[in-house]
Amino acid sequence: MSQWILYAASAAATVAIAGVGAFVAVEPVRRLLSINIAYSGVFMAFVALARRTTSGEADPVPHALVLTGIVVSVSSTALALSLTRRLVRATERSGRDSSSSPDEREA
Amino acid sequence: MSAWPAWTVVIPLVGAFASWLVGRKSAFVAIASALATVGVTVVLALEVHARGTVLHRVGGWGAPLGIELRVDGPAALLLVVLGIVTALTSASAVAHFPMGRRRSTFITLWLIAWAGLNALLVSADLFNLYVALELITLTSVGLISLGPSRESIRAALQYLLVAILGSLGYLLGVALVYGECATLDVALAGERLARGTVSSAAFALVAAGLSLKSGLFPLHAWLPSAYANAPSPAAALLSGVLGKAAFVVLYRITGETFPLVLDAAPAQIVGVQAGAAIVWCSLLALRQRRLKMLIAYSSLAQIGYMFLAIPIGTPLARAGALYIAISHAAASAAIFTATGALERASGNDSIDALPGVAQRNPLTFFSLAIGGVNLMGLPPTGGFIAKWLLVRAALESGQWWWAVVVLVGGLIAAAYVFRVLREAFVPAVPLPATADAPQLAEVVSLLLAAVSLLLGVSPSWPLSLAMQSLGEGP
Repeated sequence: MSQWILYAASAAATVAIAGVGAFVAVEPVRRLLSINIAYSGVFMAFVALARRTTSGEADPVPHALVLTGIVVSVSSTALALSLTRRLVRATERSGRDSSSSPDEREA
Repeated sequence: MSAWPAWTVVIPLVGAFASWLVGRKSAFVAIASALATVGVTVVLALEVHARGTVLHRVGGWGAPLGIELRVDGPAALLLVVLGIVTALTSASAVAHFPMGRRRSTFITLWLIAWAGLNALLVSADLFNLYVALELITLTSVGLISLGPSRESIRAALQYLLVAILGSLGYLLGVALVYGECATLDVALAGERLARGTVSSAAFALVAAGLSLKSGLFPLHAWLPSAYANAPSPAAALLSGVLGKAAFVVLYRITGETFPLVLDAAPAQIVGVQAGAAIVWCSLLALRQRRLKMLIAYSSLAQIGYMFLAIPIGTPLARAGALYIAISHAAASAAIFTATGALERASGNDSIDALPGVAQRNPLTFFSLAIGGVNLMGLPPTGGFIAKWLLVRAALESGQWWWAVVVLVGGLIAAAYVFRVLREAFVPAVPLPATADAPQLAEVVSLLLAAVSLLLGVSPSWPLSLAMQSLGEGP
């Protein structure tokens, strides 16, 4: 049981730290990374929940949910990255307003 | 047991892939799938109206192991009205996009979003609701990014990043519920969930995530630029239909999973947010110079009215919120479509460019006016029925301050609607040289305005559906 609490507490800590990061971040890529880490924390909470059965065997449902969640989070990450690339290209093409371009600020 | 609930998801999904495959002739696929989907939802609503909640176990597996699709009265009502609005809005997209790749992309995304919306409305499973929400989010982002400028891509990216952060809160709340009840079925979890720290924390996480996704005050600042930079048909769809998805989830689970939390502090916090949204976003709408920004802020205020159902919490308030959702869907889609038509004619959507509109585009002006009356909440529109229900619910439950908020919001709405209508009435001498507004979009906006009128003129059928699951008549 104490092992379960360790997992749950670290999941909560991961979500909290990365969640703050996601709100504070200005650059799209940094915010995306924070959100991804926060999602890892949520998935960890689900995986940890699987231990809490009375029979002592792991509950398979949270594992199935985590798999689906990973699929969703990978596809939204891919969409966000492709939009970022399009935004950077459009900014480079127009050549103006470079101060608000995400890769300029990273540099 | 009937399989109609599953068909509401399957038909638009098949249509989406078919329209992607046929490419140039996608408009025909769109019309066929729209007619079929609306037909199925109407059949389903008639069945629910006659015989009560329709239940479908996917693949023959029931809860708690399998996935159940459940359509009660409110879900059936939303399926029909949001379906009709979605179908009409897409017709204006045919006028907006010339035949080609962008049009078929729009139609594909629009049909997938519709499938996601229907999946969300028929789901009775907390995790299924999450998947449907994400489907709607990803397609909304695609629809926004179809806009003309770089700002559209920026707005789409911002929308995506905020929306997945909102989903994260919801998912964490679901994890807590599952850990406590060992089920994901919406109603079963409600039976097993006891009042306590865990249920309050789960509700707080879910409510925070979903209110971020719907742009409830004070988490609203990111949303208007998405509406204003999206192509007009996409903006109509987003503000009218897709922007309500997160609220519908919260509406469903507050009723079935979290009924115990409704009188606790988290529900009152949601209430304060809703009240502030109504007053503050209406005031911001008053200050806008662009018509699309004005409508975007007024949509945020209307979201506030819907969330009032959570602090008031009575069946009457829930029916009122539902009625706001459907009448605002029709009204805001009508206004956005009309604005799109005017934008095509005059080249911009500035309020200063409005003089002469009443002479030049009387049809569009008329639908703009009816939509505006709906936002104010005056008879004979659906907005009046909705606000009347909310005010009565607030007074009956002894929480009169919410009634004051509703009335103040209506007054500010009157101020910004009259500002627009007055400018449009001013005769322009000479009439500025403009292109013709697309006729199809004008007709579509008129039809959408007619839907919002119809909801006000004959409310008995929708109201009996809205109150059905509560065991009351209209």
